[in-house]
Amino acid sequence: MAQATTLEPELSSNPPRLLAELPFRSLRWIRVKESFVKFLLLGCTLFSVMITLAIIVLLAVEAARFFRMPGTSVSGFLFGTRWNPLLGETKHFGVWPLISGTLWITAIAMSVAMPLGLITAIFLSEYSPRKLRAVLKPTLEILAGIPTVVFGFFALTFITPMLRSIPGFQVDIYNALSAGIAVGILSIPTICSLAEDALQAVPRSLREAAFSLGGTRFDVSVKVVIPAALSGIVSAFLLGATRAIGETMIVTLAAGNRARISWDPRVEMQTMTGYIAQVAKGDVSNFGVEYYSIYAVAAALFLLTLAMTFFGHMIRKRFREAYE
Amino acid sequence: MSQIELVNLSRQQPVVPAVDALPLKMMITIRDFNAWYGDFQALHNLTLNIPEKQVTAFIGPSGCGKSTLLRWINRMNDVVPTAHAAGTLELPDLDILGRTTDVVALRRRIGIVFQKPNPFPKSIYDNVAFGPRLHFRQMARRDLDDLVEWSLRKAAVWDEVKDRLRQSALSLSGGQQQRLCIARTIAVGPDVLLMDEPCSALDPASTARVEDLIFELREQYTIVIVTHNMHQAARVSDRTAFFYEGRIVEDGPTNFVFTRPKQKQTEDYVTGRFG
Amino acid sequence: MIELRSIKPDFSRWPVGSVRRRIVVNEVFKAACIAIASLSVIILLVLLGSILVEGAPALSWKFITSSPSPDPENCGIGPVIMGSIWVCLGCAAIAVPLGVGTAIFMEEFPPRSTIARRFHEFVQLNITNLAGVPSIVYGILGLTAFANMFGLFGKPDEPAFELGARHFRQYVTEGTEVVLIPIASPTDVPILVDGMTVETFDGKPIKLIVVVPGNELPQDASMLKKTMWSDAEGGLITKKPWYYLRLPFGRSILAASLTLMLVVLPVIIISTQEALRSVPKTLREGSLGLGSTPWQMVWNVTLPAAIPGIMTGTILSVSRAIGEAAPVLMLAGIVYITKSPRHLADDFAVLPIQIYYWAGQPIAQGDGINFQNLAAAGIIVLLAILLTFNALAIIIRQRTQRPLS
Repeated sequence: MAQATTLEPELSSNPPRLLAELPFRSLRWIRVKESFVKFLLLGCTLFSVMITLAIIVLLAVEAARFFRMPGTSVSGFLFGTRWNPLLGETKHFGVWPLISGTLWITAIAMSVAMPLGLITAIFLSEYSPRKLRAVLKPTLEILAGIPTVVFGFFALTFITPMLRSIPGFQVDIYNALSAGIAVGILSIPTICSLAEDALQAVPRSLREAAFSLGGTRFDVSVKVVIPAALSGIVSAFLLGATRAIGETMIVTLAAGNRARISWDPRVEMQTMTGYIAQVAKGDVSNFGVEYYSIYAVAAALFLLTLAMTFFGHMIRKRFREAYE
Repeated sequence: MSQIELVNLSRQQPVVPAVDALPLKMMITIRDFNAWYGDFQALHNLTLNIPEKQVTAFIGPSGCGKSTLLRWINRMNDVVPTAHAAGTLELPDLDILGRTTDVVALRRRIGIVFQKPNPFPKSIYDNVAFGPRLHFRQMARRDLDDLVEWSLRKAAVWDEVKDRLRQSALSLSGGQQQRLCIARTIAVGPDVLLMDEPCSALDPASTARVEDLIFELREQYTIVIVTHNMHQAARVSDRTAFFYEGRIVEDGPTNFVFTRPKQKQTEDYVTGRFG
Repeated sequence: MIELRSIKPDFSRWPVGSVRRRIVVNEVFKAACIAIASLSVIILLVLLGSILVEGAPALSWKFITSSPSPDPENCGIGPVIMGSIWVCLGCAAIAVPLGVGTAIFMEEFPPRSTIARRFHEFVQLNITNLAGVPSIVYGILGLTAFANMFGLFGKPDEPAFELGARHFRQYVTEGTEVVLIPIASPTDVPILVDGMTVETFDGKPIKLIVVVPGNELPQDASMLKKTMWSDAEGGLITKKPWYYLRLPFGRSILAASLTLMLVVLPVIIISTQEALRSVPKTLREGSLGLGSTPWQMVWNVTLPAAIPGIMTGTILSVSRAIGEAAPVLMLAGIVYITKSPRHLADDFAVLPIQIYYWAGQPIAQGDGINFQNLAAAGIIVLLAILLTFNALAIIIRQRTQRPLS
């Protein structure tokens, strides 16, 4: 339209071409497209539900098949204390040795990761040191990004030899202690970031109130902020422990392959994940009772981690709601 | 005492003809309108006529429901999952709340400008062209250019942006951004402009420019403006509705509502006794 | 009236605690915090240091390009790197659209009815729980659902369905030339007819001379090359182009990509949801207020604004897939691979599995390069790849960190 005359202050009250003259896009076509896209996105969403369903159905069906095989029983699995599907004349399928191994590794891992992760989180959140933060944050991010097989290698070639070099300390080549420490290091970033979230969610006003009453940073963080964030910290612990329970590569490399119940973490042990990986490595025929036993173990593992994740997130959600 | 006398006086001797006597064509008809957020009833039995090519101001204290009503007029409240409404809310030829009413077509006719300027993180040109590109087919490049220019001129921001149409809209000042948002809204050719406290995030100078703009735009558009600022309502609006706790206490020509309110609550509010 | 004076306590009765003691406690606590927080930095440095020391002797260009071999001195990871790249690309190609689609549905299409709201809550809970499932469980699912396909299509080595495969019977002529005769199914045996056209191994067509037993063979050497007895027996050979596919997928790249997709999908969904949530609500209202449909709003406004966040999250998730070993171990076991993969159904090895295999080898005493050095060198390569990915994510984050409103 008018190029030179556009500078005139007089402005036509009508748009350059009457907007009404322009053909509108077909509303019906837009609606059809909209429904199509929404349908497609709903399909994507349903896929994630299907994954869960598939896991549950698969584990249930195959574990049931395992329990119907000769020499196995549900009670023997749940309460048995011997696990030797790959060795020995009579095979025993009692899951407790694997659970004991898993618990040992998780306990050691948490006793490493909990203090380190939590104190680092307190430090980052409450003391907020500029310079150290610039180093700590990337360190934790890098630690979180390192593949677990690397930690397994580290446990095998560094932590175990280091433990063995302590005079008077007898440690097997494969042992739960070293694997547990490595799993602990792996869990530090998870616990630290979840705990920091929990501490950050505590309202400023609580801190200000404590400071105004004359508290030091120590008083404020240990006596006010941590109690206020306690359920958030518990959830961090639960979610971190879930990760430790599900960890596979470190334990297959560093903890060994002997399933047993022991009170000594310095000996070889096997976890649930370790057993599954051992079978999967391919020493076992694909359709024997040993093969199907991994489904029973995986079902137990899945239920355990599912329960822990579920409660971890429940506590976390409750805790967040409390401060909103 | 003198205030009360004044009220009584206005009741007995109306200086300006009554509302219904005005030869105004109605644009939006609201009758027995109720709205809820979940179980909370935000609006109670509203009845109000909004005339064509006039500026109608909604005033009232915070939380009185004026923004809620505004957002119902172009169904922006559809976004809020718990919001629902009942009653009559109509354009001359369209039931706004109707089940079959297409919100997309509705929002093309009833544009809205928000409290905070919200340009898209795109270029100034693309911001204005966003709506036309959504709605119109077969739009020639020249036509689009002309439409963008027309809208920006109409929104009194052309001179400031004409040399940098390709720059990000976020580089503009707050007042310019808000006028850009107005340009963006009128670029789809609406009949009604809703403005939800359009100046509350702006400095006084920018506010004055936007107010001037509103005054000019009323020649062509039906404008509904929600404001906290009584002086603003008095300056820019032809008619005013005073909301209090989800009800319309009083409505009428602005000079009536401000100078001779019929209700005590209105008077208290416009004279600054509360709110 | 209450006597106010009588209520006011006499503060002087209690001795004031030492302020200095509390300040000292605070300082000691702070020092302990610094020490413990620094521990993780030290651990990281020791970890990286020990791996560098172990891996440096084995690391060379030859290591990166050559194939794995039983001899540690001449061992490399070329095909393994290629395997990791294939698996990672496949995983990203499936997981990113699915994950972003799910996140868009969850964030941009809020439920309107009670049933829809329940569904949304259930899906959200489901996603957070999926993120907590141990990766080895996904490995079991992948093994059963993708590699074996629940046994619906027969065994992986005898696939019920193949796409793009061309089967041949391979014969050797009397002039010791290899010829191929195309057949429809692997069990077919072609009838040899005089004058039929067959292919050489390079795909050139030639005319065959078939001689019935009892008759004379031609004397000419060039004729002899095309001559065969009519009762000659041939072996099966299958040519697989790059798009070759089979059902079930078997221990293939495709199965591994799908399995790792399961592992990273919840992570991608959650990070994309966070990226979408960070887009200001005002932008969405602006778009809807102009009369756009929800999808037009997502496509034109929300997605462009959230793309940097989505990309950062996606890159980090996919880099997790590169380092993930347990599900791939479940699926493929430890395979000895000397060639880079050529199609989606090919055998493969990935870096973490190769590292795992080397790390589990007995430690040889002696001066030369042993398998531990190889494992460490493999870790250095793996970490270098991951570091590149992370750096990419950080660059994207830095470049695009501008306010949206």
